[in-house]
Amino acid sequence: MQAKDQPLLEMRGVSKSYGGVRALSEVNFSCHAGSTHGILGENGAGKSTLIKMIAGVLRPDAGEMFYRGQNVQFASAAEASAAGIVCMFQELSLIPDLSVADNICLLRPPRRFGLIDAKAQRQRAEALLARLHCEDLDPRALVRDLSLSRRQMVEIAKALAQEPQLLILDEATSALTRRDVETVYGLLGELRSQGVASLFISHRMAEVDALCDRLSVFRNGQHVESFAKGAKSEAEIVRLMIGRDVTAKFPPKADPVPRPVVMTVQDLSWEGRLKGLSFGLGKGEILGLGGLDGQGQKELLLALFGVLKAVRGRVEINGISGLPTSPYAAKTATTRLALVPEDRKSEGLMLALPIADNLVAAAMDRVARGGIIDRAALAATIAEGIARLQIKAGSPEDAVATLSGGNQQKVVIAKWLMIGPDIILLNDPTRGIDIGTKQEIYRMMRELADQGKSILFYSSDYAELSGCCDRVIVLYDGQVIRTLEGAAITDEALVSAALNIGQGAAA
Amino acid sequence: MILWLRRNPGLAGILVLFAGLYLIYHMLHPRGFTSAVLIQNANESVAIAFVAMAQTVPVLARGLDLSVGAVMTLTGCIASVLVSGTPLEILGGMALTLIAGAAFGLINGLIVVQGRIPPIMATLASGAIAIGLALLIRPQPGGEVDGDLGWALTNSVWDFCDTYGLAQGGAAWWVRPFADLPVPLILLFGTACLVWLPFKRTLTGRTVYAVGSAEAAALASGLPVRRAQLSAYLLAGFFAGCAGLYLAIQTSTGNADTVQAGAYTLNSIAAVVLGGTALMGGRGGVIASILGAFVLRVISFYFRILDIDPLLQPLIEGLVLLLAVSAGAFAAFNVRNRLELMR
Repeated sequence: MQAKDQPLLEMRGVSKSYGGVRALSEVNFSCHAGSTHGILGENGAGKSTLIKMIAGVLRPDAGEMFYRGQNVQFASAAEASAAGIVCMFQELSLIPDLSVADNICLLRPPRRFGLIDAKAQRQRAEALLARLHCEDLDPRALVRDLSLSRRQMVEIAKALAQEPQLLILDEATSALTRRDVETVYGLLGELRSQGVASLFISHRMAEVDALCDRLSVFRNGQHVESFAKGAKSEAEIVRLMIGRDVTAKFPPKADPVPRPVVMTVQDLSWEGRLKGLSFGLGKGEILGLGGLDGQGQKELLLALFGVLKAVRGRVEINGISGLPTSPYAAKTATTRLALVPEDRKSEGLMLALPIADNLVAAAMDRVARGGIIDRAALAATIAEGIARLQIKAGSPEDAVATLSGGNQQKVVIAKWLMIGPDIILLNDPTRGIDIGTKQEIYRMMRELADQGKSILFYSSDYAELSGCCDRVIVLYDGQVIRTLEGAAITDEALVSAALNIGQGAAA
Repeated sequence: MILWLRRNPGLAGILVLFAGLYLIYHMLHPRGFTSAVLIQNANESVAIAFVAMAQTVPVLARGLDLSVGAVMTLTGCIASVLVSGTPLEILGGMALTLIAGAAFGLINGLIVVQGRIPPIMATLASGAIAIGLALLIRPQPGGEVDGDLGWALTNSVWDFCDTYGLAQGGAAWWVRPFADLPVPLILLFGTACLVWLPFKRTLTGRTVYAVGSAEAAALASGLPVRRAQLSAYLLAGFFAGCAGLYLAIQTSTGNADTVQAGAYTLNSIAAVVLGGTALMGGRGGVIASILGAFVLRVISFYFRILDIDPLLQPLIEGLVLLLAVSAGAFAAFNVRNRLELMR
């Protein structure tokens, strides 16, 4: 007989080390059916390790895990999923070359005579997608052809298809559009009323606050405290997470001053995704790119960095007209450009290579003499890069894949700062990284701007735009629909502009 | 249908290429559009088509099997010993030959999956072992494969029925529509339809594609990754066994020909690529590879009827391969986002 207050999942004294480094030590943790449990902590706090263990991907070195009162040891993700524990990992677990329907019904597809029934599978996928208000998604489309935000919805549908008892969401909403986030909120509420427990990991405090009824804070591989939502203030929680006081989330903005223009863009168009964009970027300015996801922000950054072909329109950078013809041309031009890309794992880093090689990847010419790499200059440059962004790394020779997400992103940024860029293009640089690192990035952006660098900053988090930017241009359907400046940059204004509704209507 | 072809661009491309090449071939051929020419061509294409099928499955799972040609040679030698005698002995011998091929494939799979040895190295070594075993069985070419069987399986359906006195010697009304079809093609596509197509619709088959597409995601999703990799190599061995068995029946001998084994392995990779299967795995299929193998063969048929110097054959085959593969790359010129090219 299962007692009513017995936890659905309980972990006792669980520890895990990777090659001598303690990722989790002596963790006691429990969660109950019908509860949405937020897990908070900085990068490297042990959240990922914790959920990987629950999901059967990792096995603990010590300690016990109880599920529905039974002592369990999952040998694989398949076993955990058969028991009703379903995990959506931060790194998407979809198969790009399979269709949406295949992915949704990946593990337990409907079968006839032992073979997968494609028609039944498609119907099931359609039903699940309809539940997520994603009727626009064709179940026969290949996942590789979908945008990141659509993929994340497919991932959620896939988790639902497994009829979870315990659902783990690891940064599951980081790439979603606002509308989809609302859908997911509603869905989680529905699941909760059906007695499903959810573990929710997010770096967006507002989300955690809106969704969870109980919170647990982790720090340095230890479970610090669990408490009901509302028992502590946001400031207290942040203090628990980072173990120190945080005064202001965003660094103070510079006073508005007239800035000489370094880049003017006029009538920029590309492939029906950019439809005649015009704006100017000032020296030492942080210019935000607002708007709903997928309105051309990413394409704009790629176009400016010379990645896109057949871009039309006029661009003038410090008196020189024309777009760079390639990323190489962009970073070597008189006015140097740098792009911190959307997907750090595929476009930002060479994951298997050492941290050191990644750091100098864009600035090899600075450490080479006559085409030959100067080892002393190389070592100095690498040390400088690591120190400048306070990257927490064991040895520069370790593969960059061994770093936490936040530190990986710091490597990407450090790599581009090494070329001494004049214009820095940032494509959602804080996606899926912890508060501490986010704040370091905000601070660094402001410092760079104060040094006279110009920054074009796209973020899917409106709070970041209003907190960091001197000016924000809001994009809608490939065009600049509104420009907000100074005190006018508020979350409300950003939202109403993004939705292309009249000024003040949303406020 | 059109939608289906758009979702399978590799298959559509190779289908058009093969149909075009083969139609022109028949128009140029003095005895074009006859059953005799079709049967002869089919006989020359079946072994390489089976080997191409064999190569496709590991490639889909982001592997490679450099032993397919050698396993074909080995199983051919085994068949040349076993496939003779009473009908029951013949059937048993055929079954044992195929089991031997599948078993060899399974061993390849175990070495790659359990031993974690890169597939290129593992199958290069096991291929050499297969050739060695073949030489032990047949130091000199020879063997006595049942003659009736050889005749029945390398001619038309009518001949098959006639040889074994089935369906009123091939006169039955329900045989009529198929009477002129070559038996080898029926064997080839029959195997594809009875083995590959159902396999593709199992969870294991889907996992083969998933592993090739994103191995980490497949593992994290709880898919049976190891089972899929094992079955990919097992199927490769089985299809290579089909090729060996057919070759032995066709030539009624076994021959441990090292050069031939190597050539078949390389051609199998060419056929897989022609069929549009991605060498990085995840995309493509066995049927397209069969057509890829056919295209390679049709090219060589042209040499016979056009009286071109046979010494030019490798040169022209290479150029055609390069051209055909480039056709798939033309799409790259229309990609306006350079990052898409890297995916």
